[in-house]
Order: sequence, then C-alpha cells, then structure tokens
Amino acid sequence: MKKTGIKRRTFGALTAGAVVAAGGATTTRKAHAADKVLKFVQNGNMTILDPIWTTAYVTRTHGYFIYDTLFSMDANNEVKPQMVDKYEVSADKTLWTFTLRDGLEWHDGTPVTSEDCIPSIQRWGKRDPMGLKLMDFVAEFKAIDAKTFTMKLKEPYGLVLESLGKPSSNVPFMMPKKVAETDAFKQIDSQMGSGPFIYVNAESKPGEKHVYVKNAKYKPRAEAPSGLSGGKVVKVDRVEIIEMPDPQQQVNAIIAGEIDLIEQPPHDLIPVMKKEKSLQMVDWNPLGQQFVYRMNHVVPPFNNPKIRQAALLCIEQEEYLKATVGEPQYYKVSSAAFIAGTPNAFEAPDGLFIKPNYEKAKALLKEAGYDGTPIVLMQSTTLPVLTNMAPVTKSQLEKGGFKVDMQSMDWQTVVTRRTKKEPANQGGWNLFHTFTVAADILNPISNSYMVALGEKSWFGWPTDPEIEKLRDSYAKETDPAKAKKLAEAVQNRAIETAQYGWVGQWYGPGAARTAIKGWLKAPVPVMWNIEKA
Amino acid sequence: MLDFIARRLIAIVPVLGVVAVFVFLMLRLTPGDPAAVIAGDNATSDQIAMIREKLGLTLPIWQQFGIWMGDILQGNFGESYFFKKTVAELIAQRIEPTLALAVCTLVVALSAAIPLGVIAAYKQGSILDRFVMGLSVLGFSVPSFVIGYCLIYVFAIELGWLPVQGYIRIGVDFWGFLERMVLPSTTLGVIYIALVARITRASVLEVLNEDYIRTARAKGLSNRVVLMRHALRNAAVPILTVIGIGIALLMGGAVVTESVFGLPGLGRLTVEAVLSRDFPTIQTVILLFSVVYVVVNLLIDISYTLFDPRIRY
Repeated sequence: MKKTGIKRRTFGALTAGAVVAAGGATTTRKAHAADKVLKFVQNGNMTILDPIWTTAYVTRTHGYFIYDTLFSMDANNEVKPQMVDKYEVSADKTLWTFTLRDGLEWHDGTPVTSEDCIPSIQRWGKRDPMGLKLMDFVAEFKAIDAKTFTMKLKEPYGLVLESLGKPSSNVPFMMPKKVAETDAFKQIDSQMGSGPFIYVNAESKPGEKHVYVKNAKYKPRAEAPSGLSGGKVVKVDRVEIIEMPDPQQQVNAIIAGEIDLIEQPPHDLIPVMKKEKSLQMVDWNPLGQQFVYRMNHVVPPFNNPKIRQAALLCIEQEEYLKATVGEPQYYKVSSAAFIAGTPNAFEAPDGLFIKPNYEKAKALLKEAGYDGTPIVLMQSTTLPVLTNMAPVTKSQLEKGGFKVDMQSMDWQTVVTRRTKKEPANQGGWNLFHTFTVAADILNPISNSYMVALGEKSWFGWPTDPEIEKLRDSYAKETDPAKAKKLAEAVQNRAIETAQYGWVGQWYGPGAARTAIKGWLKAPVPVMWNIEKA
Repeated sequence: MLDFIARRLIAIVPVLGVVAVFVFLMLRLTPGDPAAVIAGDNATSDQIAMIREKLGLTLPIWQQFGIWMGDILQGNFGESYFFKKTVAELIAQRIEPTLALAVCTLVVALSAAIPLGVIAAYKQGSILDRFVMGLSVLGFSVPSFVIGYCLIYVFAIELGWLPVQGYIRIGVDFWGFLERMVLPSTTLGVIYIALVARITRASVLEVLNEDYIRTARAKGLSNRVVLMRHALRNAAVPILTVIGIGIALLMGGAVVTESVFGLPGLGRLTVEAVLSRDFPTIQTVILLFSVVYVVVNLLIDISYTLFDPRIRY
C-alpha cells in the first residue's frame, strides 16, 4: 500500500476547513487507545444474542465469548472436560455424576452451581437435535451439592459426552439459573455468562459493533488450549466484533489496518489478500464445511425413492466445488457423509457423488415412471457460497433425464419456502441446497439431515423407521467399534433410500493481519489465545 | 399561512395511513418468515411454528394490523424480532449517522452544484458549460456504489488519507467523525450534484433572459451581483423543488452508501430488517421515511415564500 506524507488527521482538518476551530472541536480521545483491542469481522451480522434461541453461527460464536461449557471438543475431535473437574459413570452406565471445577464464577462474581447447570442443559435439550435425543434418555437431574449434580438415564446412552461437548449450533452453554429458565422459544434478556469475555452492553450497538472485554476473574484450565478445550487464556484487553456486511469492504478495511481479523472472506477475494504482505490467511477450521442436497420427500416426484436415487446418481461433486469454491486447495471431494478424516468417515460405494451415472439415472426414471414434471429447484442468490450450486444441479439433473425449473430467490425466501409442504407447483418445492459446519454432522445423531421421523425431521421430512432404528442403536451403543459399524450402516441406509445428498467439503480460511498470532484451530473462530503485537 | 401549514399537517395522516396499510400488507403477502430466519438453518418445522406463535404471527392479518395500529396510536412502535430492543430505541441509536450523512451530503452537494450550475448558465455553450453538463450526466449514470469503491480505492487504500469505513459519533471525536464523513457524503453527493447543477443551470438560464436582468446590467451592476442577487434568487423556486424531491433520492442512496461505508445508520438498519424480515422495524422505518419526506417537502413549500413574495398560501 502506497502512503503519502499527508496524514489522515491533517487531511480531515483541511477538509473541515474553517467550520470549527480546531481546539474547540476536539473532543475526547479514543477511550481505549492504550488497550490491546482486537477488531474482528464475522461472517454475517449478529442480531440475536441467544445461542439457544437461534442456530445462527454468529450467535454461537458470541456464545463462546461469554459462556463456558461443561465439556469441549479438542483439536483431535475428542471431548474433554471444560467446566467439569471430574465425572463418573455408574457400572450400569445410567447414572452420570458431574463435579464442577473450583473457581467458576458468573460475570457478577457469584459462583456457578449445579442449580445453574441443570436448567441450562434442559433449555438446550428443548431445541438442539442432540439435546432432544439426550433428553429422551434422561430420567432426571439432581443437584447433589453446589458443585455436583447427577443425570439419571432411563437406559445407557452412548453419546452423553458428545452431546454435552457438542461444538457447534446449538452448543450447550451454561447460563445462570434465572436466565436458563427462560422459555426455550423466547430470547433471553441477559448476557451474563461465566466465559472468558464479558459482553459490554453499554458500548455494543447492534448493526455497528459488539464489545467484549477480558474477564479478569476467569480461571482458565491448566491444560494448553486445543480446539475448543483446554485453557482459555485471553491475551487482549478487548475484542470488538465489527458489523461489516460487504465482503469487499472487509478486505479493504483489513488491508488499511482498520480491522484485525475476518472470519471467512469469499474465495474470490483470497488472491487479492494473498498479495498483501501485511496479511496472512489462517486455516482456523480444518474440518471445514459440507454442501447439502436436500430433496422434498413428501411431494412428487421425490416422494418416489427411485426418482431420488436417480437424482443422486447425477451428482458429480467436483463440478459443484469448482463452481462455488474454485481453488482445489480449498475443497475436498469426498463421499463420506460424516466428514472425511474423522472416525465415522466411510466412502460411499460405486463412486456415488464422485462419478455420475446418467444412463443408470435415466433407466431408474423410466422404471419409476417419471412423467417429466419439472423439479422445482430453489436457488439462493444472496449467499455467495450457495449461488452457483443450483445451476450445477440443474445441468446435472438435465443430463440424467430430469426437467428442472430453477427459481431464484433470496436466502430468507428459501428458508421460508422450504417449510411449505404443498406440491411444488402450488408454492412448494422439490430441491434446495445448503451447507453445514462439518463439526455439526460428525455422527448420525448430531447430523440432522439423517433424521427420518417424518414431520419431526428437518425440511424434506423423510420417513424411514429402518434408519431410525439404526440411529437409536448407534445412540445406545457404548462400544466405539460397534458404534462405528452402526454409523456406517446409517450412511448406507441413507444412500439406499436416497435420503439426501452430500456434495463436497470445502474450507474457508480466515484473514488476519500479520501482527496477529495464536488463532486456534477449531470449528468455531474463538478469540482466546490470540495475541496482537 | 398557518391554515396552509395546518392543512398540510392534517393531510399527513391519511398519507401515513395508506403507507401503513401498504407496508403491512406487502410484508405479510410477500415470501419471508421471520420465525424461520430466527430459528436458523438447523431448526425443524415444529420449532419454527413455536417461534411463529410466540411472535403472534399466527393471528389473522387484520388482527395483527389492529394490534400494530393500536400500539402506534399509543406511541409504541413495537419490539424488533431480533435485536431484543424496541424499534424506537433502534431508530434512536441509528438516526445520528443517517442525519449526519444527509446533512454532510447536502452541504457537499449544494456547495458544489449551485456554483457549477450558475457558472454553466452564465457561460452557456462554453467548454466549461459542456464539461459541467458532461459531469452531470456521468453523476446520474454511475451507480453510487461504484463511485464509493473508486473513492475508497484512491483515497483510503492507495493514498491512505481517509478511513475505509466506519463511523465515529460527533460527540466522541469530531475529527474522526469528519474523516469518516468525507467519502460517504461525496459518494452520495455526486448524484445530487448532478441533479441540482442541471436544474440550477436551466433555471438560471431562463432568468438570465428576463427583462429585469437586462435592466440590472444596464444600471451597471457587476456580473456577480446580477447573478447572485437577481438571477439566482429568482431561479430558486425550481431549485428548491428539486432539492425537496431529491430527499427521496438521498434516503434511497443512504441505504447503499451506508452499506458500502459501514455506517450504522437507518439505511443499513432497513437493509438488515428487510433481509431478516423484521416486520416491526421495517414498518416503522418506512413510516418514518414517509414522515420525513412529507415534512421536508412542506418546509420546501414554505420556503418558497422567502424567495418569491408573490407566492402566498
């Protein structure tokens, strides 16, 4: 960046001219000039501050600033105690006893107790898919003393720790009892947590910035930080989340040194940033994201499993990834539903999702009696990473013998219209795309696209008692080797019934000024451990 | 005059009534469900239905409208579905940047457009006239976000003279405030300069052919006095009209300019509210914009009497 000798302030003064006398007009100096302030731009505006009320990722990230969790996932995707000091499981695996570690305090200085944790888990358990599943097994919670509580299960459940250490939306954050008792379908009023940062309500202005200061009383764990677990040591005084919706402006601002970090700049702007010596690209989320291909099971023609299977046979992941992400270093072709490189990763048979088989798709359509009714494909045009998905789908399905009616709309219209169960030609839909953080879909329970409970399933409403039986068995299985086999069976069953499609993994690095060190690798952009030179 | 003002103020009520009905129905009848937006991507249909019910969106439309109007008549503009704040609080937080942008834009635009228009009229047919009119066409033709990005690239990225984005409240740091207003107000001002310069030129040209201008010149008055005291003053009415009409342009432009420059004003609030289907916020902001538009045009009508004593209400 070229700089001239004219300073900004001088230019500002010249611009102001004689409007105001310099001495009289100068007001207070920047209040936090001496503090180490980290300015961070998230991937979207944060309007909601309740990470249980919404699954929005920006709100989840806010949750990690101010709340703490009983357990957390480390960099190796293993669940480790966080607020919990120790836990025990009874021999019959139905009674779990948790003891909180010493020194946990809410931001107002009152101690965190069992009485706070129980309603926090219960509120989360009314909203989150893993929480709902866990609650199916819970007979009762009981506070033994201020630091110890028990969770009595009706029968053994294999995912207790995975549930309580769930890394992404919705995260089981611990909140004070009074806050946690808020109706799970209403937004909370308080921003008091026990996490490493304190939310400064007075300085935060939604739409402008959200301000957090270091929680000086926070007692980090002794272990080194790893993923979302370990010692959450805050190395700056203050973090400001700057609301900046325009990606081009984010890049301009980080080049100009006005912000320090961008969560995930669009792929097409990465080459611009790589040329800047003052910037570095940080691969903070090594698990990445996965694109999802969701069909509507309750209206024709995808209410016919053979037609769904024909659609999946048309998928060629690399075409999607090239169209949306571009550079191969930022994507991975993989037919594993539960994310390549993780314990439940299994490649699909016969090159499904990798190599299309249009002839077989056409044969299946003929067999199924497809009458040529156009597939209503909803294209989101406002989320850049999704915009190019639908045209690829249209092209692939047409090669396989489908007729496609691609309808463009903003993302909010997609999320509204996908709730409709009417036939596609009466305001409903047949197919749309979304994406999910990989950490959300690492097993058959947390992966909400695998739920096949009809009305209670995610949009598309598949019904399949067989896959539900497998998911239940997986949930109850406490032997990791057997659980792994069940996960594979779930994936195979989802392929057999063409429940949904997964169309590739992709990675979006963050951008940081070179003065920034210590951005941790985790599924969530966390601000502890970060140093600013 | 007082009668006129009273009549015009009373006329605002039905205008706002029509705007209220139109906005309310438009939001309810177009696709978009705030409950689905709130719930997020992982929510199920049941969860969305629960949120919809809590927000009162399952009530019949006429009942929702009645509740909203009843609240407005009591001075309650409702609570944002998202921000957990009343809409009045949100507007109070966001109004300063928009007002600042509007005032700075008017200052920049009028201080450039009126002299340019007058000079172009005085030098009609000259290179200067053609240059000013060419610039004016350019100002109309180039979208404001393109102008914004160009200015940012030159003055913020390459020269490093001004900040790329952001807003500092005037009471916190005056110079910081000014620094951050230069590029947005210039960006938004360009189209306004184009509009006002053209109309100024046309109006002044018309006046310059009048007999009283010839008389003033024959009396030996200097060009400056003839232009500023006689020509411009008599050409003021159409210019003021365009400035009034341009307020709508200014409000529309603020939506884009605030987004480009990261100004947390009402324009960006509108965009955010529309994208997230925050009905109470959209409804109130549009009502507010309507009030501003009507009131500004009323003030413009009143100001005619200052420039042209023949106008009486």
